[in-house]
Amino acid sequence: MSFNFQNREIDFVQHRKKFFTFSLAAMLIGVILLLTMGLNLGIDFESGSQVEILAEEPLTAEQVEAEFAQIGSGYTPDDITLGGDRNEMATARFIGVLDAGEIAEIQSYFSENFGAEPNIGTVSPTVGQELARNALISVLIASVGIIIYVTIRFEFLYGVAAIVALLHDAFFIIAVFSLLQIQVNVPFIAAVLTIVGYSINDTIVTFDRIRENMKLTKRVKDFNDLAAVVNKSLVQTLARSINTVLTVVFAAAALFIFGGEAIRSFALALLIGLVAGTYSSMFLASQLWLIWKSKQLKKQKFKSKPQPEEEPTV
Amino acid sequence: MVKKGRIIAFFLIVLIFGGLISQTVMGITKEIKLGLDLQGGFEILYQVNPANEGDVIDQSALSATVGALNQRVNVLGVSEPNIQIEGDDRIRVQLAGVDDQQTARDLLSTEANLTFRDVNDEVLLDGSDLQQNGASSSFKDQTNEPIVTLTLRDARLFEDITREISSRLPGENLLVIWLDFEEGVDSYEAEMMSEDPKFLSAASVRQVIPSRDVMIEGNFTVEETRFIAEVLNAGSLPVQLEEMYSNSVGASLGEQAMEKTIYAGFIGIALIFLYMLFYYRFMGVIAVITLSMYIYLVLLVFNWMNAILTLPGIAALILGVGMAVDANIITYERIKEEIRSGKSMMSAFKAGSRRSLSTILDANITTILAAGVLFAYGTSSVQGFAVMLIVSILTSFVTAVYGSRLLLGLWVNSRALNKKPRMFGVKEGEIDEL
Repeated sequence: MSFNFQNREIDFVQHRKKFFTFSLAAMLIGVILLLTMGLNLGIDFESGSQVEILAEEPLTAEQVEAEFAQIGSGYTPDDITLGGDRNEMATARFIGVLDAGEIAEIQSYFSENFGAEPNIGTVSPTVGQELARNALISVLIASVGIIIYVTIRFEFLYGVAAIVALLHDAFFIIAVFSLLQIQVNVPFIAAVLTIVGYSINDTIVTFDRIRENMKLTKRVKDFNDLAAVVNKSLVQTLARSINTVLTVVFAAAALFIFGGEAIRSFALALLIGLVAGTYSSMFLASQLWLIWKSKQLKKQKFKSKPQPEEEPTV
Repeated sequence: MVKKGRIIAFFLIVLIFGGLISQTVMGITKEIKLGLDLQGGFEILYQVNPANEGDVIDQSALSATVGALNQRVNVLGVSEPNIQIEGDDRIRVQLAGVDDQQTARDLLSTEANLTFRDVNDEVLLDGSDLQQNGASSSFKDQTNEPIVTLTLRDARLFEDITREISSRLPGENLLVIWLDFEEGVDSYEAEMMSEDPKFLSAASVRQVIPSRDVMIEGNFTVEETRFIAEVLNAGSLPVQLEEMYSNSVGASLGEQAMEKTIYAGFIGIALIFLYMLFYYRFMGVIAVITLSMYIYLVLLVFNWMNAILTLPGIAALILGVGMAVDANIITYERIKEEIRSGKSMMSAFKAGSRRSLSTILDANITTILAAGVLFAYGTSSVQGFAVMLIVSILTSFVTAVYGSRLLLGLWVNSRALNKKPRMFGVKEGEIDEL
């Protein structure tokens, strides 16, 4: 097997409207999902308490509820989810923060009866809200930083196109998590931010090649010339794009399948994001840049600059 | 003419590194500290509030509190507690690998509440009357008995109290010193006859003591007086700790998470290795060697940094493998392109290495930029992840760019691979004639 696309004619640019339509539709559906279903926020983001129980035998929700009732009348979980390969794990969530005494009671009950100490987490609303806010601020600051860096190394239009792709990928994961109603926790934020890093990594590699080919191409006058450069660059980096995403997906998929409960949602977010990241750098970022750049070229032509093949990069 | 020396050098480097890795990797992995999500333990985020109105929570109050919490934890003998100030008024306590979570938690969350009471359990003085760090263990002058000495904030107060008590009848003129008196549960009456009373001491006061210094004597051992002094100092903190967030992980759940994550990581990395070997042939072998070096070096650097490995950290490590693979792939694809364009092995290798460098550099710097922001604005677990990511990227850059270049360069320069494009995964038919 060998991905040798060098001599093949693949016209990515021709289909750009389909890609834009697809992504716009996905974004729109995402917004609707977020507005209607919202996110299934874990206790990292919502005030409350969460008790994770590990048992030897498969559990049912009724059983878990009965166990909590055994401890005392006040212990009625607001939500129970089962996990593990054989449902031997259960997560019970309580609205409201359990106090130290209650936690001690739950801990000792389950250690005595199940032989394993449960995981108990509590959080007051401010902490979760701060965390989400900080993550959002992080992404925005990182975006500005990346635009500045890319503008210095490349040019402004590359930076903006890369950020559009990056935000697209981050939002895509959030939308999928809203659709599947998977619990969102702190590692999820780490996953989204990793994808931000990966997405930019991926986009830059493609842009690097476009920049290089722009230098090599003598005359870039209009949209068709630009489109030829973008196409050529995409074809040249295609083998690398496929191989890289495949290998990283191997790692993320292995984490998802074998990594156990604690890391599953993290790995899933990575998996979705990696695929979205490759898609967006090939089909969104480069195509957006193409459209914006061709508009810029047109403007320059109207200004009747005598230099049609003006060096696009610094 | 094949230069055998270079090939021998290649095998020497690989053997030395292989030997080094196999000899030390177990030691390194054992030394790495695991986060509480991997070995069990618990974490509490406290909001620090002033105990008295008008008090200000500033940096010195926060560090005094951290010191006090450290003392409390040390009293318990908990190994390697991680207690950090976060923001302007928060303290995060992480105790990994604690066997008895409940006791540790109690020690932290219940303030060591010192009270001086009379025989009717009326409070006369409490911890807030004690001077900060005013408790110490020492020995009584004549008898050399271990005692605890306290310094109070206000000398007049103690004078008034001792005047009042000394006027009472014998048997009732006692000053009872309690640690953690439970209102409604404990009483002097219930404990006075017991062999091992819950109060620290009950001294009869026969005269007025016009002093700020108070002495607690009893049948203490030296260890006991030290313990009491430490707990009192910790308990007399001028702050109130409010629990904002807590997370406790049972040891077996943490262990299970770690085992599964490591197992998954091995499978993921094995798949990557297989794919690289299959797709890039000889260059795949180089990739596998440099990736192994990468994993080893990341663990080594991580160990040097005394960092704590958490679940997201392991994920970042595995993802870092992906970044290292990407750098390899970018270089190898470039070299293949150059071979296809008809260049000789040597110039294809040189051109490919040179041209891929700026791409890898740009891609890595932007990712480090994102990770840096993540570190600046994230909280503990996200920060750990960001650190791991940055270490991963830097290490992957060194191994995948320079390691790869060195090892592959030895082979290319030995000329053993000349006219063997298949070793690089390039078919003869794909090569353009120059």
